[in-house]
Amino acid sequence: MASGIKDKVVILGAGCSKFGERWDCEPADLMAEAFEECIADAGIEKSQIEAAWQSTGIDAYSVGPGAMPLSMGLRLPYIPVTKIENYCASGTEAFRAATYAVASGACDIALAMGFEKLKDTGYGGLPQRSRGVANDLYYPNLSAPGMFAQLAAGYRGKYGTSKEDLKRAMAHVSVKSHANGLKNPKAHLQRAITMEQALNAPMIAEPIGLFDCCGVSDGAACAIVTTPEIAKSLGKDRLIAVKALQLCASNGQEGGYDGWDGSYVQTTRIAAKRAYAEAGITKPREQVSMTEVHDCFSVTEMVTMEDLFLSEDGGAVTDVLDGVFDADGKIPCQIDGGLKCFGHPIGATGLRMLYEMYLQLSGKAGERQLPNPTVGLTHNLGGFPHQNVSSVAIIGEYGI
Amino acid sequence: MVGITAYGAYLPRMRLQKQVIADANAWFDPGLKGLAKGEKAICNWDEDTITMAVEAYIDCLGNAPGQAPAALLLASTTLPFADRQNSVVVAEALNLDTSDLRTMDITSSQRAATSGLLSALDIAAAGKEAVLVASEHRRAKVASREEMLFGDAAAAIAVGSENVIAELVASQSQAIDFIDHYRGEGQDFDYGWEERWVRDEGYMKIVPDAVNALLSKAGVSAGDIAHFILPTDQGRVPAMVAKKLGINGEAVTDNLLQSVGITGAAHVMLLLAHRLEQAAPGDLVLVAGFGQGCDVLLFKVTEAISTPRLGKGVSGHLSNGRPETNYNKYQSFNNLLEKELGKRSEVNKQGYLSAMYRARGLTNSFLGGKCSACNTVQMPKHKYCVNPDCGAFDTQEDHPMAGAMGQVATWTADTLTFDYNPPAYFGMVTFEGGGRIMMDMSEVDAETFDTGAKVSVHFRLKQIDDQAGFRKYFWKAIQA
Repeated sequence: MASGIKDKVVILGAGCSKFGERWDCEPADLMAEAFEECIADAGIEKSQIEAAWQSTGIDAYSVGPGAMPLSMGLRLPYIPVTKIENYCASGTEAFRAATYAVASGACDIALAMGFEKLKDTGYGGLPQRSRGVANDLYYPNLSAPGMFAQLAAGYRGKYGTSKEDLKRAMAHVSVKSHANGLKNPKAHLQRAITMEQALNAPMIAEPIGLFDCCGVSDGAACAIVTTPEIAKSLGKDRLIAVKALQLCASNGQEGGYDGWDGSYVQTTRIAAKRAYAEAGITKPREQVSMTEVHDCFSVTEMVTMEDLFLSEDGGAVTDVLDGVFDADGKIPCQIDGGLKCFGHPIGATGLRMLYEMYLQLSGKAGERQLPNPTVGLTHNLGGFPHQNVSSVAIIGEYGI
Repeated sequence: MVGITAYGAYLPRMRLQKQVIADANAWFDPGLKGLAKGEKAICNWDEDTITMAVEAYIDCLGNAPGQAPAALLLASTTLPFADRQNSVVVAEALNLDTSDLRTMDITSSQRAATSGLLSALDIAAAGKEAVLVASEHRRAKVASREEMLFGDAAAAIAVGSENVIAELVASQSQAIDFIDHYRGEGQDFDYGWEERWVRDEGYMKIVPDAVNALLSKAGVSAGDIAHFILPTDQGRVPAMVAKKLGINGEAVTDNLLQSVGITGAAHVMLLLAHRLEQAAPGDLVLVAGFGQGCDVLLFKVTEAISTPRLGKGVSGHLSNGRPETNYNKYQSFNNLLEKELGKRSEVNKQGYLSAMYRARGLTNSFLGGKCSACNTVQMPKHKYCVNPDCGAFDTQEDHPMAGAMGQVATWTADTLTFDYNPPAYFGMVTFEGGGRIMMDMSEVDAETFDTGAKVSVHFRLKQIDDQAGFRKYFWKAIQA
């Protein structure tokens, strides 16, 4: 097996814009906001960046194709810039590309920038868009909540969980994330909600109610990566290193073959296993300090706890309700508020998660700082539960 | 012997209570309440003459891919396409053997179905099998008499020379430019003349003339007719015509005015299918189609009528209805209101015809693939087998899935996405015998629907592009 990415690349700096309905901002404004924080944190000059990757999910509502938005937006110094799109894993993909470039020795310092301008559609929710000319002929016209609601039906079908119990666990997920987001000045939604509010909110896609959905927002997040040696030479003493970067894309078995029951996400399980192996983690429930997972919907987060092997199969409802993933629980999840409170500017999300993990591991998370985290895991899931791309990244203190 | 070999019908499940139309419009025309008895069958938003025709054929001859009639004739005055042969869409949805199939759309008159049946019988006389499907989905102006009277339905009649259940005795056709109503090119609605004139100069003269000519040709006495079928939106006319002709009152067929509504060009075949359910060997069945003249056909029922049928038939469909009291929904489905559909409805509806042509095995015929190496069934058909233990390349053969029963593995009711009849139900359906697909659902009963529900699949409208005049079809799961 390949030696993997563990401890070959470190995060030199990270930045994140305020997420929200940024009516007054062009994408370039959001990028600049994140980038200025990031480059100041990294302590380098723009001219030292040798390559960059830009992640955006939906061209039509952002800035068009190609590398221009990032290259022009930051006036990067005529370097290789590449646009990446891979569903909701786009941000993590940009980070993966930059990390691999540094690890390969192709460049010393690389930038990963993700952004999205979702609030130029004229309506709520993610933009309506084509799934491809041929796919549109037979795919249901499913909304994002409609897609992920399938997990709830599959989960109930498999475990016999009552609608009420599942809904309570889902509500707990959202109440927890709102409580966390309250402490984050960069979050889009900064207010607490109650279980009653979550349980009684208008139905969007059975059983997903309004408060089971993440927000929709504009935002940008980025990271600059380099080698441990260069980071040290730049005077950094507490290095936050990449421990694992794994991605898994469906090949159609879940949606086309009878083995999958709809109660879990196959790709996440595969990516998680590979990531734990790459990072040398054998007991995730004991060794992972905290997670930022793809809580596009509360039920997705709940199921993801099982897919990341942090809960036993069928055990997530109980674990969630027991507070295992609350801020003061054993493995806090979405300590920054998650997609729930940040919204999901698609290209930015993966990098926003890594930004939070970097802050936490560096002890720079302010009011929401967790006590001594050592290993942070981020997870993205894009597409449908039955055919998707899932990414798992693990970062932690260098050398341990 | 040439004649009818099978019959079937389809009625949409929605049954609009006529009282709600009369009540909503009483301020404008209090007289409508005189027509407000009973209900009428109305298309769901995703049904039209093509989808109903497919269902009627299946009710008639069963879902048997590869059936090879010599001809499929589709009669209707409300075909969705003026230039794209609608009967071909029906043929592909039925997955008929189209390699030697004559298809034809017959339209422009309330007499279209009887004229079509005569043509089908000519084909049968040449020793072949033909199927006539009549289907109608007429729009009527708000607060009109037609709105009270019109219903939506389809019926199918198969003809041939073997296993005949009703032998053709004789037929007569007369062409007369009698304009009781018309619908000009580019017009959405009918324009009609006074009912009394239509009755006295039309039905009461033209029909008896044609019938008498037929009876004398056949040497049959009017008093021997056991079943007299005359579709008309004038309730008392069939009995008046029968009386004038000397046909017994009990032979006059119920026009289904209060249970289905008058279903235009389809109505005569719907009534024929209904009456054949009650017919006994030896019965004489007289069928009249009125419209710019008159077609009359006389059949004699044979012993084979007692052979058990496949489908629900008219009776089965009549008892399978769901009362609908939402007049606004009916108006919306029939595009009688300028309704706010929301920005999410503003998607690119372009018909990419080359892509549609490539995909038509799946989209028109609901064909999957079956791996010849491991027998795994998969949807859509793919170059590589989906079975992880197989993965063979280029081994998949067309596998018809339209008749397969499925089970709902996952689902939701989506209120965010655009749908003409929200919430949009869709989910993963796993089929008996293998194969699964994420698909739309229709006709959902929210009370009983859940994971594990048994479903069958049905050819329905997927998307309507009113601007371009195009519509796309695909298959939807409906709870069994």
